Amino acid sequence: MFLIKCPWCGYRDQTEFSAQGEAHIVRPEDPYQLDEEQWGDYLFFRKNPKGIHHERWVHSHGCRRWFNVIRDTATDHIHATYRPDEPIPELSSEETSKPA
Amino acid sequence: MAAKPKRYSIFSLARNALSYHQGWQRAWRDPDPKSDYEVVIVGGGGHGLATAYYLARECGIRDVAVVEKGWLGGGNTGRNTTIVRSNYLWNESAGLYEHAMKLWEGMSSDLNYNVMFSQRGLLHLAHSVHDMQEIGRRGNAIYLNGIDSEFVTPEQVREMVPFINLDCRYPIHGALLQRRGGTARHDAVAWGYARAADNLGVDIIQNCEVTGFQIEDNTIRGVETTRGRIGAGKVGCVVAGHCSVLAEMAGFRLPVESFPLQALVSEPVKPIIDCVVMSGAIHAYISQSDKGELVIGAGSDAYVSYSQHGGFDTIEHTVGPIVELYPIFSRLKMLRQWGGVVDVTVDRSPLISKTPVNNLFFNCGWGTGGFKATPGSGHVFAHSIKNGNMHPIAEPFSINRFNAGALIDEGAAAAVAH
Ligand SMILES: Cc1cc2nc3c(=O)[nH]c(=O)nc-3n(C[C@H](O)[C@H](O)[C@H](O)COP(=O)(O)OP(=O)(O)OC[C@H]3O[C@@H](n4cnc5c(N)ncnc54)[C@H](O)[C@@H]3O)c2cc1C
Ligand SMILES: [Zn+2]
Repeated sequence: MFLIKCPWCGYRDQTEFSAQGEAHIVRPEDPYQLDEEQWGDYLFFRKNPKGIHHERWVHSHGCRRWFNVIRDTATDHIHATYRPDEPIPELSSEETSKPA
Repeated sequence: MAAKPKRYSIFSLARNALSYHQGWQRAWRDPDPKSDYEVVIVGGGGHGLATAYYLARECGIRDVAVVEKGWLGGGNTGRNTTIVRSNYLWNESAGLYEHAMKLWEGMSSDLNYNVMFSQRGLLHLAHSVHDMQEIGRRGNAIYLNGIDSEFVTPEQVREMVPFINLDCRYPIHGALLQRRGGTARHDAVAWGYARAADNLGVDIIQNCEVTGFQIEDNTIRGVETTRGRIGAGKVGCVVAGHCSVLAEMAGFRLPVESFPLQALVSEPVKPIIDCVVMSGAIHAYISQSDKGELVIGAGSDAYVSYSQHGGFDTIEHTVGPIVELYPIFSRLKMLRQWGGVVDVTVDRSPLISKTPVNNLFFNCGWGTGGFKATPGSGHVFAHSIKNGNMHPIAEPFSINRFNAGALIDEGAAAAVAH
């Protein structure tokens, strides 16, 4: 269990939020151009990394807005949160080697 | 090779009792890895060890190593709540889980190891009209596949579990009963397969983490490990929650996400519940171990994590309904709580499959419910590795089904319930 900083509301208990999976997956411009492998890949295959993960969360029981989180899935330590219209924040090497 | 292990029996027990249990042999050797094996199995959980056993026992391949980064069964095998059943909806699943069930029924004598398999009966509760329709559909499908499955009334549920609260916030409309379902001892399953595989010449190598694959011409040649390189003709990867990590090492992705899944046990009490009761709708299930502890399982936490612990909110969502259904448990103390990392696919069915790399096979995606499949999974995976072609029971569980669209959707039968 952890605290998450909603870009609009600030720090709140994780139970106010819901995780919505890997971030920055772009819907293909023209799905009809994709073969089965590319379409399956888009729909179902995920990075599922052990370590730094970019993911989407929504503040379900708060402002109900969507945003992105950079979280270390090995420790659950959250490095950064950012709005969908913001660029992906750069993490310093000091930041990524921080213990949980 | 070490002296042939002696069989366990009532006589060996008596003999060892007379010598104050000082004379027991170790159950398996602790070899250093050789430079090459015909087959390397990555992951010393139940599925990996069962695979090695059936390779040696049925496929004539004894030049096998199982490499485990920690200790045997220290992954999900030793963390699971040990529910065994085969009441799944689709024909493909029925084939796989019932294959496992039949192997469970002979496992203790086959392995000469008491895995404490107990077919104590398993109730799946229905709390609403829709739940009744779900068990109606599934129960009939299971029945048509020749697997035991009965509908029971709330009164019959009460006969089996006299203290259950039928008319609570989660009213009980009926239940699906699999009498052949039950529980088994998780560690014993890992240890029994390890001992039997070792006995047939398999090297079981613990504290040996795979850190990379050696791949030439898109064909597997070996694994890099923390104890050096180990060459291999074929590699079977059976690492559950860490499957995506190993897939990345081999250069591909899987249709899997890894979530925490928690369980908890109470202080031990006298025998009070002699079957397994589960409920998909309220994410809570319960059984009693032979030690007397109530074993309670939750739904998975809903975010990717390898931390091996989840949130207290998930536990609260589990014990709340438990207390509603069984008010008698409200003052029980919980002794221990823990989490595993479960490898969940979108259709809640496993992957038993070839991969984009020749002679590299993956067996994973069992998610919250693979313990019950341990013997069947190992059995069909061993034959698939040996033949280089998937066993007919394993065939539908190919990774390619996510490209072809041939999903095996067991969401209702497996998503939360184990
Ligand atoms: C809390 C909980 C409750 C559950 N309850 C049930 C239940 O009631 N019924 C049921 O059927 N299922 C249940 N499950 C699911 C079940 O435990 C799993 O599906 C099953 O045990 C998976 O077995 P396995 O052998 O594939 O994986 P594991 O037992 O996890 O074994 C994989 C092994 O791979 C090793 N490994 C990982 N990476 C590497 C590496 N790089 N190198 C070497 N080794 C590596 C790990 O250390 C681990 O020992 C539950 C799971 C959990 C967590
Ligand atoms: Zn907010």
